[in-house]
Amino acid sequence: MPGDVSALQLVLTGDPALLAIVRLSLIVSLSAVVLAALIGIPFGAALALIQFPGRQAVIVVLNALMGLPPVVVGLAVFLALSRAGPLGSWGLLFTPKAMVIAQTVLVAPIIAALTRQTIEDLWLEYRDELNAMNVGPVGRVATLIWDARFSLVTALLAGFGRAAAEVGAIIIVGGNIDGFTRTMTTAIALETSKGDLPLAVGLGMVLIVIVIAVNALAWTARRAGERMAG
Amino acid sequence: MFTRRLLMAIAVSAVFAGSAFAQDKSILVASTTSTQDSGLFGHLLPMFKDKTGIDVKVVAQGTGQAIDTGRRGDADVLFVHAKAAEEKFLSEGFGVKRYPVMYNDFVLVGPKSDPAGIKGSKDIVAAFKTLKDKGIDFISRGDKSGTHQAELNLWKVAGIDIATDKGPWYKEIGQGMGAALNTAAASNAYVLTDRATWLSFKNKGELVIEVEGDKRLFNQYGVMLVNPAKHPNVKQEFGQQFIDWLVSSEGQKAIADFKINGEQLFYPNASDPGA
Amino acid sequence: MRAPISDLPIRFENVTVAAGAVTLLDGISLTLNPGRPTILIGPNGSGKSTLLRTAMGLVRPSQGLVTWGGREDVPPTRRAIVLQRPAMLRRSASGNIRYALRASDVARTEQQSRIDELLALVGLGQLADRPARRLSGGEQQRLALARALARDPAILFLDEPTASLDPAATKAIEDIVHAVSQRGIKIVMATHDLGEARRLAGDIVMLHRGRVVETGPAASFFSTPQTGEAKTFLAGELLV
Ligand SMILES: Nc1ncnc2c1ncn2[C@@H]1O[C@H](COP(=O)(O)OP(=O)(O)O)[C@@H](O)[C@H]1O
Ligand SMILES: [Mg+2]
Repeated sequence: MPGDVSALQLVLTGDPALLAIVRLSLIVSLSAVVLAALIGIPFGAALALIQFPGRQAVIVVLNALMGLPPVVVGLAVFLALSRAGPLGSWGLLFTPKAMVIAQTVLVAPIIAALTRQTIEDLWLEYRDELNAMNVGPVGRVATLIWDARFSLVTALLAGFGRAAAEVGAIIIVGGNIDGFTRTMTTAIALETSKGDLPLAVGLGMVLIVIVIAVNALAWTARRAGERMAG
Repeated sequence: MFTRRLLMAIAVSAVFAGSAFAQDKSILVASTTSTQDSGLFGHLLPMFKDKTGIDVKVVAQGTGQAIDTGRRGDADVLFVHAKAAEEKFLSEGFGVKRYPVMYNDFVLVGPKSDPAGIKGSKDIVAAFKTLKDKGIDFISRGDKSGTHQAELNLWKVAGIDIATDKGPWYKEIGQGMGAALNTAAASNAYVLTDRATWLSFKNKGELVIEVEGDKRLFNQYGVMLVNPAKHPNVKQEFGQQFIDWLVSSEGQKAIADFKINGEQLFYPNASDPGA
Repeated sequence: MRAPISDLPIRFENVTVAAGAVTLLDGISLTLNPGRPTILIGPNGSGKSTLLRTAMGLVRPSQGLVTWGGREDVPPTRRAIVLQRPAMLRRSASGNIRYALRASDVARTEQQSRIDELLALVGLGQLADRPARRLSGGEQQRLALARALARDPAILFLDEPTASLDPAATKAIEDIVHAVSQRGIKIVMATHDLGEARRLAGDIVMLHRGRVVETGPAASFFSTPQTGEAKTFLAGELLV
């Protein structure tokens, strides 16, 4: 990437190397959000609805995990996936899959905690009605998740924002390998370290534009859905 | 409905992307930021790939971290510049054999105004003494990298025990070369850097080369295959092919041909057994 | 699906409901029999809502026993309630009714005609596709009534369904309640509006501070109240 051309220009002109970086960033972060949602939404919903001893403690811990430092997650996943670590035989370190795993760990608590809050609030509102309609536990969870779906989209967006913006975890487990595990954020870190601040800023702007675009898309979908469903 | 379909599409694309990532004819090389940031790999790897079809993935780390990556078996090949640490790695049985590849040199850069008054000197040890005596701001990588170890060694040669003699003027940032240069540029401090990173660095600000050319500033690179006996996952065949190519006359010429602004950055010396 | 045996009579045997240190219902014994509407009256905070929710099975007594047709723990398949502040599911008006129909296992093929019928009954035919949460207070109250009726109940509990409505809307609800009662559905309704109690009651149950202070047929309750609390309440004076 020549430094005298802005990153935005490179994207607009379809520079293949940069497009690959953008594409990888999106694939990694979106995959992590999907996996984190598959884990976090059921977990958050269960935590909202099931009473058990120590539940308050779990909620406190979960809320705290929303602020997990990416480097710590990166380090933990690195140690687990390293050849010398317990999952070393999977051979995933320094691959995009390792990055997805790290970001899933980072994002799942956010989605779970926000889901827990959303579902619990909705459950307080719906509880008597659903009990009065003799709705069983499965129907209850399905109804709450479905009716909370627009708020849950916000939780997913929060997760995506976190994943797309972080560099600490993926640079450790991905290794920032050119053409293989280099994403927008690790490329920004690299260009900054090379002192190519204009290119770093340009990449940063591309990243911001993408995050805004994803949010706008989701927001539009949410508004359209809400207009129909209330 | 819309959201459900979108999620499905993403999940499916993630799975496909996963399989697209799988490339078998590839090796992972743990190397240093200086080789990567200078653009040397961008110059060498396409040639090697053309010849052998092997994809070389480079993880650029500080030398200490790169050696640790090799020790854990997370890389196939180490390409670093810290001879003593490399030999220790070998003696512990983690590496097979060390091949000298090339050298470049370190330079001491500092503000154009040169508050230490050392510009143009060819004696790096005298320059370090002056920095310490005058308490002039100095940025240390502080990250156990090869450059950091070279810096520590120079303090030792100058008779200064930096661990005890350092004052507020000596700032360890614990980051890579680029970050150290950015910090020095922003605070008008002196910093030891490899020439390759310096030449390709784009945010020099007021920084200029103050001291260069001292033999004690030479920086030797070596390459090693991680020992497959320790880590069976190591891709021995491809890794050795890469090493053999680097030290071959073809690889050595490719290294010599790599230039930034017409200036050669690395000097091949695979034929020098003592290097 | 119709349960073979009726939920009636509903019997409260010395029922106490407490929330923490607060006693909401205090040793209530009461029988709700089939027949004309039973109207719960009493000042705010006297325990009307708690009694209805307990009779519905939404609240478990801390002490005492509630039985439905002589049995305990009968699921609310033949009972329905319009809560004092009904929650609107985040769906359209017709979606809310469809949800209740599905929860009662009404066949898919029958659902649409039932929805049309119920919305027409409560006068919301034009608003079928409106998100329920965007309906006005009175419209939501009527939708909640239609949703409760969708469960085809044998007993319908109503918690101040006309509290915030204007006279026309109040009359519309009272007419529906009257018609529902005529069809043999047992109405148990809370109100603090004595006029409404007079218009609808068969029997009166008066609550004060979580206790039943007086019960009886509406006619005798209004003409010859027996207790001081009832007299004070009927006189329109503040009962605290
Ligand atoms: N969960 C609760 N915790 C504590 N107090 C409550 C709770 N629910 C209701 N109350 C109190 O219990 C009393 C009876 O409430 P309620 O049955 O709603 O009376 P009514 O419907 O006659 O106005 C009121 O004083 C109310 O504030
Ligand atoms: Mg009430």
